[in-house]
Amino acid sequence: MKNCLVVDDSRVIRKVARRILEDMKFACEEAADGAQALAQCRKTMPDAILLDWNMPVMSGIDFLRALRKEEGGEQPVVVFCTTENDMGHITEALRAGANEYIMKPFDGEILSSKFAEAGLVSV
Amino acid sequence: MNNQDFTFLVNMLKKNSGHILAADKGYLLDSRLGPIARKENFDSVDALVQAMRTRNDERLNATVTEAMTTNETFFFRDRTPFDLFKSEVIPHLAANRTAGSKVKIWCAAASSGQEPYSLAMIQREEAARMKGVQHSILATDISEKVLNKAKTGLYSQFEVQRGLPVQLMVKYFEKAGDLWRIDPSLQQHITFRKFNLLDSFRVMGQFDVVFCRNVLIYFDQETKSDILNRLAQSIAPDGFLFLGAAETVMGLTDAFAPVPGKRGLYVRKDKPAIARVA
Repeated sequence: MKNCLVVDDSRVIRKVARRILEDMKFACEEAADGAQALAQCRKTMPDAILLDWNMPVMSGIDFLRALRKEEGGEQPVVVFCTTENDMGHITEALRAGANEYIMKPFDGEILSSKFAEAGLVSV
Repeated sequence: MNNQDFTFLVNMLKKNSGHILAADKGYLLDSRLGPIARKENFDSVDALVQAMRTRNDERLNATVTEAMTTNETFFFRDRTPFDLFKSEVIPHLAANRTAGSKVKIWCAAASSGQEPYSLAMIQREEAARMKGVQHSILATDISEKVLNKAKTGLYSQFEVQRGLPVQLMVKYFEKAGDLWRIDPSLQQHITFRKFNLLDSFRVMGQFDVVFCRNVLIYFDQETKSDILNRLAQSIAPDGFLFLGAAETVMGLTDAFAPVPGKRGLYVRKDKPAIARVA
């Protein structure tokens, strides 16, 4: 079973994402901001990270840049999941090492489609 | 809906489009025809169909046919055919067509355009491997409405996230208000045209590749056979046919053979292209 860390400051979004991901046979952990997420990654690197952009303490993009410098931090497949939907944010995310990008609102179909694009699940 | 009305609808659809409305697809009626009933000032879908029975109004019949035959799709739908297009079809065409010549591709049920645009993106990505062989895509559908959408090249945020890898989205789309617009230079190679698969293919000329996916499933056996046999006449001897994952030629035609291990890919039986591909 693959692990996915769900990083979002909204408890509701985490819950929705967790439900979809568990249906896709992922074991899920949650973090409410980038700093929490980084601490959890230092303990165990997940296979996948679903990542919000705007969060208190540490943003998603700052977390991603920090993660990619960690030992083993190049491993997780990172899928952004954010309301930021302009080309500037998307290209910035890709340059920082994001593998895929979801623009909210999302549903199960988009999530599984993007996880397939990122090579996390087979189609 | 009573049996007579349902039977009328089934017969009308078959006559106009060849589509078979199965009894267990009755649930589609409300969602597909409800908006039309309201727009045309009928109290209900039942009232709409009853009026169609007495009026024989071609415009109304066409509107209802269109609503019942339109199906949503997405970019790179089912993935495999597009992978096979890259791994099998492009190398074969690059090796067997001369530089400067034009490969003709037909998307026979193009819907809102995601399939032809997906192919146009692949062609652009793989241009170097095509060795100067050009291409043109004919995209047809029975529904004018979806083709008009396809022609605009505009897709919702929801649509550009289904099946389309973000790298391709960034490369080939730009934001236009709340929508996303495909690179106009990809549209140059695509001609959109309304076409009913029940009509003669003769005017279309010959194609190197035909995508006819997820449309045969709506026809009866006889119509499926007829379409497949006529497609064989419209495909180059070493050309390729793509069918949907749930579709087959088995028991329908002797004109095509599946390519072993390549799901959804077919070649003409009389001159199998795959001998040269392999």
